[in-house]
Amino acid sequence: MNLSDIQSIAEQEVDFQRGFTHRINVCCSSGCVPLGAFEVLKAFQDAVKEFGVEKECKVAKTGCFGTCSVGPAVIVDTAGRTRPSLYENVTREKVRKIVQDHIVLGLPVKEMLYKNAVTFKKQHRLVLRNAGRIDPSRIQDYIALGGYSAIVKCLATMTPQGAIYEVSASRLRGRGGAGFSTGQKWGLVARAHGSPKYIVANLDEGDPGVFANRTLAEADPHAIIEGMLIAGYATGASKGYLYIRSEYPLAIQTLQKAITQARAISLLGNSVLETPFKFDIELRFGAGAFVAGEETAILASVEGRRAMPRPRPPYPANSGLWGKPTLIQNVETLANIPQIVLNGGSWFAKIGTKRCTGTKCFSLTGKINNPGLIEVPMGITLREVVFDIGGGIPDGRKFKAVLVGGPSGGCLPETLLDLPIDYDSLTKAGAIMGSGGIVVIDDTDCMVDTSKFFTDFCMDESCGKCTPCRAGLARVKEIYDGITSGNSRLEDIGILEKTGSYIREASLCGLGQTAPNPVLTTLRYFKDEYLEHIQQKTCRAGKCFRKEEVSE
Amino acid sequence: MSASETRRNLLEKVMKENGHQQSALLEILHKAQEIYGYLGKELLTDISQSLNLPPSTVYGVATFYSLFKLTEPGEHIVTGCLGTACYVKGVEEIMRGIESEFKVKRGETTHDKKLSLFVTRCIGACAMAPNIVVDEEVISKATKEVVLGKIRVALGGLKVESV
Repeated sequence: MNLSDIQSIAEQEVDFQRGFTHRINVCCSSGCVPLGAFEVLKAFQDAVKEFGVEKECKVAKTGCFGTCSVGPAVIVDTAGRTRPSLYENVTREKVRKIVQDHIVLGLPVKEMLYKNAVTFKKQHRLVLRNAGRIDPSRIQDYIALGGYSAIVKCLATMTPQGAIYEVSASRLRGRGGAGFSTGQKWGLVARAHGSPKYIVANLDEGDPGVFANRTLAEADPHAIIEGMLIAGYATGASKGYLYIRSEYPLAIQTLQKAITQARAISLLGNSVLETPFKFDIELRFGAGAFVAGEETAILASVEGRRAMPRPRPPYPANSGLWGKPTLIQNVETLANIPQIVLNGGSWFAKIGTKRCTGTKCFSLTGKINNPGLIEVPMGITLREVVFDIGGGIPDGRKFKAVLVGGPSGGCLPETLLDLPIDYDSLTKAGAIMGSGGIVVIDDTDCMVDTSKFFTDFCMDESCGKCTPCRAGLARVKEIYDGITSGNSRLEDIGILEKTGSYIREASLCGLGQTAPNPVLTTLRYFKDEYLEHIQQKTCRAGKCFRKEEVSE
Repeated sequence: MSASETRRNLLEKVMKENGHQQSALLEILHKAQEIYGYLGKELLTDISQSLNLPPSTVYGVATFYSLFKLTEPGEHIVTGCLGTACYVKGVEEIMRGIESEFKVKRGETTHDKKLSLFVTRCIGACAMAPNIVVDEEVISKATKEVVLGKIRVALGGLKVESV
């Protein structure tokens, strides 16, 4: 296979797909599968045969549309219709009706359609552009939509410096949480001395409540592979490691298959598309350690050691895997790259805000009407996300707080709902972008208990290497145990604040530095609940002061 | 070939596939756990010899990562997701329910070795929280009644009378 062959694969596949009037996309990602997606897929395959329309219908197994709360979800896309129809809560029983009415008679079944289509209005799908549109197990599907044409463009017409220039011009910032400039990082690795150089793609996604990277890998694995290829070409790396947590079996399977397919048409290997560029990818599996997502810890884990962070400098750009220059990027960052190469950095820089360009994927969960995965332009407000896209709070309850950025994010109150979502505004408010988790909390939840839960999580996941994080978090947890069981004094609030800021200032890595965020933000915005627990020994949500129910 | 020889050969095959690379330790531990069900002391010593690593290093890695099991799990495994979304959606109530009905604490196995109760920090199915995994089956939007019922069925319905 050479550079022009990708174009011919695309043309062939487009021709093949034109042969079908309807495309039925059944979401078969981790969200819909437990709800019966495979039964629905089988039912569609049977029904199109039963009604004799299998020649005009392509039934495809796809990734996630983001509407996980109404799964199994199915999209019917008919040639000539402007908008595809999204069906919610599809069951085996509903399938025949959809095929009979929609496919055979041309009348979409209105009462089965997704009710909250407004959810999509404020979204901007860039990273998730192919999610739910392609069958992730077919490389041709990706190529037909322009896939791998960015690496072809790089190899045919761009120098490595040219590729870095476009990425710099896009002003893309790392989506793993810290928001470091991607172009700058690439430049550092490209200029670093040492050979070989490595790319590490981070799909550890250890933050509970976050599933954006999983969804991306399950829906569009080739976008990650193409991003890694371009990163390799630009920085001079010949080997990539894709580090994925083993809690995601379906994503692992999807990626394994995608890598095999890419190798088969020489997109990976000793001579990529018959050019002198050499690049291959190996998967590495995590084993349940939150800290492994930290950039120096992930290196240790890829090398087969305990995932413990180390002080920087030296930075991984100069001394990473086995002491060699290494580029570490989150997979969401990498999935942006092909679009940037194809459309140019200045095109990308127009999306989002001036300081934070592009879009961000968020997992929207907790007490919210439309939980699921969304992708929004940077700078959108929390209110728009929670109330317009998320549809507000269910069961007539009242909004209390939104937790942004995972277990080491911050709990923000109603008064901050008009905050624009970008790295800098969130940090100023005491939260972090993190990997993009938004958990909504209503008035039946206790902020002290919530903060205790996160502290417990971070304490559990602390690797134990540095004292502030190891001992500090344990001390904070003890104080919380006291406050929630009636064994506390007013001074505890001051001790919490002081210990929290010590941990933040003195910890070695990002885990410890951000772990006190929930403690400090709940103290800042919800102090009245702490006072209630300490002075009146009551919990308005009824979560604390419970007797242990388990007997030996 | 005896069962233990078969397992031994499987493990040797995994070692070969990974070229006895020390950096593939995690992959090898994953496969070893798949083959043997858990990582016993002898097994870890074997692996350390094959990879030419000190046993302390292998033991250190095996204990560092929470997915590796160092003791034999029960016949049935129930794993509760204690991620943020599941917590907010009340997984704790379900966990307490399991603990009290089946007399097992999280992280432990019942005396009759029938049931192990584990926790995990997020399986990434947060939009359908709370999630509980009973053996291989993910139960999404779980309720206490459904989960307890599933476990009773998995255990052979033996516990039904005692409720």
